[in-house]
Amino acid sequence: MMSLYRIMAIVKKEIRQLRRDRLTFGMIVGLPVIQMLLFGYAINTDVRNLRTAVSNQAGTHLSKQFVAELGQTQVVDIIEFVATPDDLETLLRGGKISIGVVIPHDFDRRVSDRSRAAVQLLVDGTDPTMLGVANQLRTMPIGFDSARSTPDLSQILEVRPFYNPERRSPVNIIPGLMGVILTMTMILFTAVAIVRERERGNLELLINTPLSSTELMVGKVIPYIVIGMLQLALILAVGRLLFDVPVLGSVVDLYLAATAFVAANLALGLLISTAATTQFQAMQMMVFVLLPSILLSGFMFPFDGMPVFAQYIGEVLPNTHFIRLTRGIMLRDAALAELLPDLFYLIGFTLVAMLVAAMRFSKRLD
Amino acid sequence: MHSEFAIEARGLTKQFGELRAVSALDLRVPRGEIYGFLGPNGSGKSTTIRMLCGLLTPTEGTAIVLDTDVPGNSKDLKPKIGYMTQRFSLFGDMTVFENLQFIAEIYSYPAADRATRIDALLDRYDLADKRKQLAGTMSGGERQRLALACAVLHHPELLLLDEPTSAVDPQSRRDFWENLFRLAGGGTTILVSTHYMDEAERCHRLAILDHGVKVADGTPQELQNRTGMHIVEVVADDPYAAQSAIHDLEAVASVTQLGIRLRVLIPESQDRPRELVEHALAARNIKATTSLTTATLEDVFVAVTMKPRRSA
Repeated sequence: MMSLYRIMAIVKKEIRQLRRDRLTFGMIVGLPVIQMLLFGYAINTDVRNLRTAVSNQAGTHLSKQFVAELGQTQVVDIIEFVATPDDLETLLRGGKISIGVVIPHDFDRRVSDRSRAAVQLLVDGTDPTMLGVANQLRTMPIGFDSARSTPDLSQILEVRPFYNPERRSPVNIIPGLMGVILTMTMILFTAVAIVRERERGNLELLINTPLSSTELMVGKVIPYIVIGMLQLALILAVGRLLFDVPVLGSVVDLYLAATAFVAANLALGLLISTAATTQFQAMQMMVFVLLPSILLSGFMFPFDGMPVFAQYIGEVLPNTHFIRLTRGIMLRDAALAELLPDLFYLIGFTLVAMLVAAMRFSKRLD
Repeated sequence: MHSEFAIEARGLTKQFGELRAVSALDLRVPRGEIYGFLGPNGSGKSTTIRMLCGLLTPTEGTAIVLDTDVPGNSKDLKPKIGYMTQRFSLFGDMTVFENLQFIAEIYSYPAADRATRIDALLDRYDLADKRKQLAGTMSGGERQRLALACAVLHHPELLLLDEPTSAVDPQSRRDFWENLFRLAGGGTTILVSTHYMDEAERCHRLAILDHGVKVADGTPQELQNRTGMHIVEVVADDPYAAQSAIHDLEAVASVTQLGIRLRVLIPESQDRPRELVEHALAARNIKATTSLTTATLEDVFVAVTMKPRRSA
């Protein structure tokens, strides 16, 4: 027999304690904002201004024009001219440049007969995105003597980016980041909230009162559902104001999806709290969930490109399903009804985790 | 079915893996009395209390607490008992008033009387001026008073106190016991565990636990009267030499030094205990005076814990 009265007593206590816990309170607001600023501004797959050195062995008018055009793309930032390709290698090895451009002495002839590559790019392959950029440069038309230029291969395939025509990274990142932030804060808050009481001895007091374990769990979860919703609003607002991230679909759908996701994470947090004996252990376990939630959920790398084994792990994580939901609703204007499998997975996950947590959380000490 | 005993336990046993924390404990606690558990750390006091309030499931044995089977029906028992943990277990980041209010809500104390009850408790336990202080910033004695106030807020019939005075100064301990007597006078049964002799002496009745076994029980007076030992007190200039002389005697059960005095325990089967001691001292030329005296609770404790496998 659940007592609403006792649940409210727990909710009131949680809020009271939360208000006095400046650090946690700061995390609720600070964590989403800082993460959004970091991910929104720092993680940028449109690479620009790569440090580049040029070894122009041709020295002709045509080669100089080419170098100038290369500079104008803004993809590269030519910081040095050197004499030989060996000098470029030295600079690459020392990390002074990311790209070296070798223009051979027979550049003009190579350009006109097109049988061999006219320019060689030396690329620092330690960063895979650099190679991508170099490939992008390959398709750069060499804009001289238009009469003689043959149609470029890249023009046969036309790419039309749907849903994010300007290819801005924040638009891609923020719907996924929402999931990462909520995973981090929701799991951590619930797990720590219960483990802390065990650590401080409060639980020994509580289990001797008429309070039941279900009442305690429900009472502890309710404040964090509200906090999760507030965080979501904050993320959407910051996304809108700073990064112009749209919500094309329905905000109601988005909130429904988020409620299911928050519930799944809280259930997972409760489950962790039944296994951890100290707050530190709870945090370690949280990281164990958080890392795959970042790496294998499709947030960082395209899900379909991952090895099958990693995809299986990804499918288990609530964040994978939430990211599909948010990208669908926010960027593709999909209705929740079109994304039901992911929503159902989240609900199922919540129920199973809750059940296991309730079974493991005993009112006894043995 | 209303038993005259608040607690009746038979053969209560708790096994933690290899360790037998409590072994075949029989217990009868009359209503309205203060019943003490005396024993060193690890003697099974806390484990017994936890079994009695349903926190631990006994490996063997049964217990009926306030006419309720535990742990079977411990849910019905919760509203009727108050429990004070060994460690301060209230919320350090909430004020005194907020803690009391929270406890009142958890026990569904009638909302209309709640404010009056909390005010009365703040008054009774001398916390009125600490009302708005965070519990975590209070002294040991104040925390203990708050913990007691929280434990009795819902007028429990039975109060279980697990080493309630281990973190407070002597004055606070005295005040605390006065409060306990007042509660017992009001009809509350109190089970309190302690490792202080002076506290044990204040109990109406007590059980001495040693390695999970109840080695003696009864009123303090009864226990002192039936130690089965003569107590010889020896006052010597060189108590250390006297101690080693007496210790060598086979008949002597134990020698305890208290300043320049020695308390010597000799089984009652010896006819002339005083002469025995004097003889031993004289043999080694040690100057001392001896006298026969009555047992203190400490003597009882020493006597019964020496032979842990036999009941006194």
